This record gives sequence, structure tokens and C-alpha cells, in this order.
Amino acid sequence: MRLTALDPKALGLGLTPDMTLADARARVPELVVFDHDPHADQDWLERLADGCLRYTPIVAFDLHDGLTLDITGCTHLLGGEAALIDDLSRRMNRRGMALRIGCAEVPDAAQALARHQTRPAADEGEAVRALPVTALRLDEDSETSLRRAGLKTVGDVLRQSMASIAARFGADAVDAIRRMAGELDSPLKPRRTTPSLRIERRFAEPLGSTDHAMAVLRELADEAGTALEERKQGGRGFVVTFFRSDGLSRDLRVESGQATRDPEAMMRLFAERIDSLRDPIDPGFGFDMIVFAIPVAEALASTQLELEGGETAAAEVEALVDRLTVRLGRGRIYSLLPVDTHIPEQAQLPLPTAEVRNPAPWPVPDSGEPPTRPIHLFDPPQKIDVLAEVPDGPPKSFKWRRAHHEVRRFEGPERIASEWWRRKDGHLPGKGGLTRDYYRVEDARGRRYWLFRHGLFGDEQLNPGWYLHGLFA
Amino acid sequence: MSRSSHLSSLHERIRRLAGPSRVPHGDGLFATGHQAIDARFGGGLACGCVHELFAADSGDAGSVAGLGVSLAWRARRGRRLLWLRSDESQRRSGAAYAPGLAELGLDPGAWILGRMPDETALLKAATDALRCAALGAVVIECRGNPRVLDLTASRRLALAARDSGVTAFLLRGDATPVPSAAETRWAVRSAASRALAANAPGLPMFEVELLRRRAGPAGMVWRMEWDRDVRVFREPAPEKAASGAVVSLPQREPPVHLSA
Repeated sequence: MRLTALDPKALGLGLTPDMTLADARARVPELVVFDHDPHADQDWLERLADGCLRYTPIVAFDLHDGLTLDITGCTHLLGGEAALIDDLSRRMNRRGMALRIGCAEVPDAAQALARHQTRPAADEGEAVRALPVTALRLDEDSETSLRRAGLKTVGDVLRQSMASIAARFGADAVDAIRRMAGELDSPLKPRRTTPSLRIERRFAEPLGSTDHAMAVLRELADEAGTALEERKQGGRGFVVTFFRSDGLSRDLRVESGQATRDPEAMMRLFAERIDSLRDPIDPGFGFDMIVFAIPVAEALASTQLELEGGETAAAEVEALVDRLTVRLGRGRIYSLLPVDTHIPEQAQLPLPTAEVRNPAPWPVPDSGEPPTRPIHLFDPPQKIDVLAEVPDGPPKSFKWRRAHHEVRRFEGPERIASEWWRRKDGHLPGKGGLTRDYYRVEDARGRRYWLFRHGLFGDEQLNPGWYLHGLFA
Repeated sequence: MSRSSHLSSLHERIRRLAGPSRVPHGDGLFATGHQAIDARFGGGLACGCVHELFAADSGDAGSVAGLGVSLAWRARRGRRLLWLRSDESQRRSGAAYAPGLAELGLDPGAWILGRMPDETALLKAATDALRCAALGAVVIECRGNPRVLDLTASRRLALAARDSGVTAFLLRGDATPVPSAAETRWAVRSAASRALAANAPGLPMFEVELLRRRAGPAGMVWRMEWDRDVRVFREPAPEKAASGAVVSLPQREPPVHLSA
């Protein structure tokens, strides 16, 4: 076992990351160790990143322990860069986080400054030039050869001609240097795409009660509705983020099947979502900002109520589906779509009703025939014991769930072959999967079942098993 | 205030609380197509109320579901239908199967299905759905006798159905009847179908017993056959012995005990 991360005190005692635990214990017997949990670290970093959305909508991860904020044009909101940094450090310190902050014109330089700057410099250019070559994030070999060549700082490297750097260390090294110097663009990859509509409300005095927050949410929904109306758009998803004064945030997202801009409908969905929360929204020391965002808006023409009520009836059902979907989860309210296959359990595709648009129609059965497919299907099929006169003949009686059923009527077999062309080596004998012989049977009490024999007797199976696959009406 | 005026104001208040009295009339009924049943109910079963269908035996799950969805189709007035089930129902009697619905003549495209984690969520969703007047009918499948399905819950369903005019079919498997606000209560069991050529099972056949009716006598037993081509119930024609096949009637089981 090795050490992955150390606190300042441990570093002061001369321990270093990547040291074996046994070594470290030998040097510092009273060492306290915790298991490394990268997922929890990532989780925490994401929560911090969410909290940083209060400063700018563009927040990106930097490796596994850093955040990069694009604060271009955002600093005046807090009264300048220094005030923003001050506010950020204050909030993070309250959470027990020690920060290293670097500010620069380009992301690479800012990241390098945050990680490697050791002493203050007069201006940004000088600070970058003073950084060690490690800040360029080259591979280990290139870095060692840079050092061997006597180039210890970024400034040293910058003084060389780029052609000689490219010849010795490759194009990647040149790119890294040019990015650091701001000659090459290095776009940030923001965690969140910018929503198509974003409305925020800040409070001088944090809101201590959830009811107040909901009232503000209602105002924001009204505003969003008006803004969408002007743009002739509607949203299919809505996200509200409550920022707490201690730097954490909580977001709620709801989706609707049909684009809408009706504040009432949005509020109904949010109310439903809040009801279904396992842990309620906790204002803590109060919310100091609430942001309402619509990730994607789509065109929605102004509607006029139809006299017959046809349009409103469909909308009412959609509203019900949305409400139930928000309360119970996406997969729980579904529609069944046809799939073109003979395999019975694959013949239907359940899709969330809210997402179904213009579904394919189901085939209409031939008239004059009885139903040949059951109303309930077991997946997986249930194993049964069957008595048949001959091994490849129809069932005579069967036992299911400890009850004995005498077959009075039957129809079959309906032979359904496996889809051998979908299997690897399916065309080879014995690799194509087993054929099923389906029988529609009725027992002495008038119950109708769908049974099948798995495998052809003799050719495919010596002792084929029987299964009950469905119940008829 | 005089005593009589006080009394009459109280009467008025009770009337308001009880809601408008609903007299069954032509609009509020849907015909099943089965002549004897329609005649007994004055033209058809009532819309905008709860009909309870009990499985006579745990083995009749398929029949109860088939009868429930077919009745819901009769009651739907061209609108969409909702079928709510619980995970437990799905585990015990299999998943709803759309090709089977299509084979019963009930277009699966008209159905919205709901799979609920438990009975509480099931009843809450059912009540919400019944308040939505744009639905044709709601089929609610509730296994056993859960504590949440008491008289209050049943009354809530009935009130929601009455206000919106949406008909509810409450399918009860493995359950014993308890007092409820349902308009009618039926015991359903599978019945032998009329055999087709080569003794193949025929159209779905149900034996229904009217256990209880709010306004009228009960205790009748009928057989219903679902004709999927025209989507109506029929009285089965008497069995013809001409084909030579001897068909035994299913043995009658002891009737379901009526406690309510």
C-alpha cells in the first residue's frame, strides 16, 4: 500500500506521496491513514464545481483535483477580480478547503500558476516565465531532457527557437509552450453546456425558508414563461439550482413530454419532484441565489384552444403522464411499441410515454381467428413439468406452481425458430439456438395457457424442457 | 334561527357535500354487447364509477386481466387508456404483453402502462389518473388486500371517477371482498371456450358472477365471450354436439364468500 495524498503537516514531517505505507509508519508511528476513495473525491469536486457556477457558467475540471473557471466578463458582478478571489477563498475556507489560486489570461497559464507558483512576481508574464518546466505537463522523458539541456524554467524554454524545440522534443512540446504563452487557443471543456435560457435571482439577505424559495421559483417560472412566449419557444426540461450561502448547491430537474411555457405546468412538475425527494431541500444557513435554467428550448407556436377540445384532451393526458413520470421515474410510465421479430419476448419495446412521438401502428389481427398471443407474458418463461404421450407430441397434462392442469384442448405446435443469423457462428449445426414449439392449451377449468417445448426432440435436444410463457384471457 | 330553517340549511349542506346525485341515464352507460347483462343494467354498465373484478381463484389472473381491459375498451369513448400495475403483479402473473392486446382487438397504441413500486404509489397514481377527464378508462390491478386500499381509499377513487366521468376497473387477484365504494363487484373465472376445428381453444370465455350492485339485486351468473373482431361481448351460443367432440363443462367451485 502506498500513500496517495498528504496533509501539510505530514508533508512537513518529510513524508511524500507514493511512499509505501510501511516506510511512512516506520518514520512516523502515530500516522493517521484513511483509505483513498477516488469516487468520493470526484463527487466532492463536482459539488464544489456546482457551487462555483455562482461566479461563471463555464466551470471545467482540471485533472482530478482542480477547477478552472472562465471569469472573463464576470468579475464586475462581485466588484473585480480580487473581490471574486476573496469571496471564493472565504467560501472554500468555510468548507475546510485549502486553495491555491492562479489567475492568468489563458487557462494553461492559470492552471500552471495555481499548481507551481512558489514566489510572487511583478506581473503575469514574469510569473509564468519563472515557473519550472514541470508546469508544461510534458511527458517525463522530454522533461528530463529539458532539464539536462539546462532549461529549468518556462522562461528558459521560451527563449529558445521553436524550431529547435520541435526538432528535439516533438510538436507536442511546442504546442504546450505556445498554449502557455497564449499564442495557441486552448478551449475549456465546460461541465455544463450553456442553457438556452437562464434566469437568476440573488439575495442580499439569504432566504432561510424553503417556502420563500418556492415563491421565488414561481416568479422565475413566470419570467421564463414570458421570455419563452416572446421567443415563440417552449422548454422540455427545466432545472432550478438553489445556491446555499455556505457554497453548496442543490438542483432539481424536471422534464415534460411536450414543450411548454406554462408556469403553472412547470410549478406542478416541480411540486411533484419535491414531493418525491428522499431528502428534502435543506436551506442550511439560507439560499443566497436561485437560478432557473431551461437547457434546451424548442419552437412552440402560440396555441389557441380548439372548440372541440381535441387538442386540450391530448394535452391533459400528456400533463398527467409528465406528472406521474416525474413522481415515479422515467421507465415506470411507458408505451409499448412493435418490434419486427418472431421471438415473442422481443416483439414489444417499452419506451417512456413522454418520449414516444408518432409510434408505428400495431398490426391488426386477421378476423375469424381466436387470439394467438397471451395477454400476460412471463419473462423469463416459467419451467413446468409436462406429461406428453410422445416426446415430440402435444402436452397431455402439466404441473405449474404446484397445481396439476389437465389439458382439454390444444392447438399447435406453432414452431418459432431462433434467430440464428444474429448469433456468432449461428449457421453452423448446433450453434443456431434452440427451436421452440408453442402450444395454446386450455385446461379442465377453462384456463388458457401458452406453453412451449424448448428444442426439437431428437435433432436438438434429447430431453427438451417445457416452459409456460404466458396467460391468455 | 328557527329549528326548521336550521335543519333545512343542514340538509342543504349535506347535499352539497354529497355532490350532485347521479342518476344513470343513456349517456352515463356503456354497453357491453352482452344482451342479458345490458338488459339487467338498463342498457349497460355505468360510466364514471368503480367496477371491482375479483379473480375467483389465483389461477384466473389472465381472465381477470383480459375481461378488465376488454371492458375498459368498451368504456373508452375513443380516448386513451391507462393500465396501472404493481411490480408484484408483474412478478406473479407476467408482464403486460402488447401483441396479446392486439390479438384481443385492443390497439396497444391506445394504452399507457404504469408499473408502480408499491400499492401506495399505485392508488395515488390511480386517483390522479381518474381526475384526468381526458382518459377513456383506467385499469387498476391491485393484488391481495393491502392495508392502504380501505374504504376511504376506495371512496376517494369513486369520487374522482364520478367527478371526471372516467370509468375505473379495479382488478383484484388473491383478494377477499371488503366493504368498498364500488358501483358493482364481480367474481370472474375462466370458462371453457367454444372449441374450434380440431378441438382448438376458441375465443376468450369468462364466467362472471355479480356479487354486489349498489342499486339493484345481485347474485346472477353469466357467461361472456369476447368477440375480438367487432370488440363486443356476446352471450355464447349453446354448444353444438354435431362435431362429435364431447366437451365437459368446468366444474363449479364453491362460490366466493361474501363478507360485504
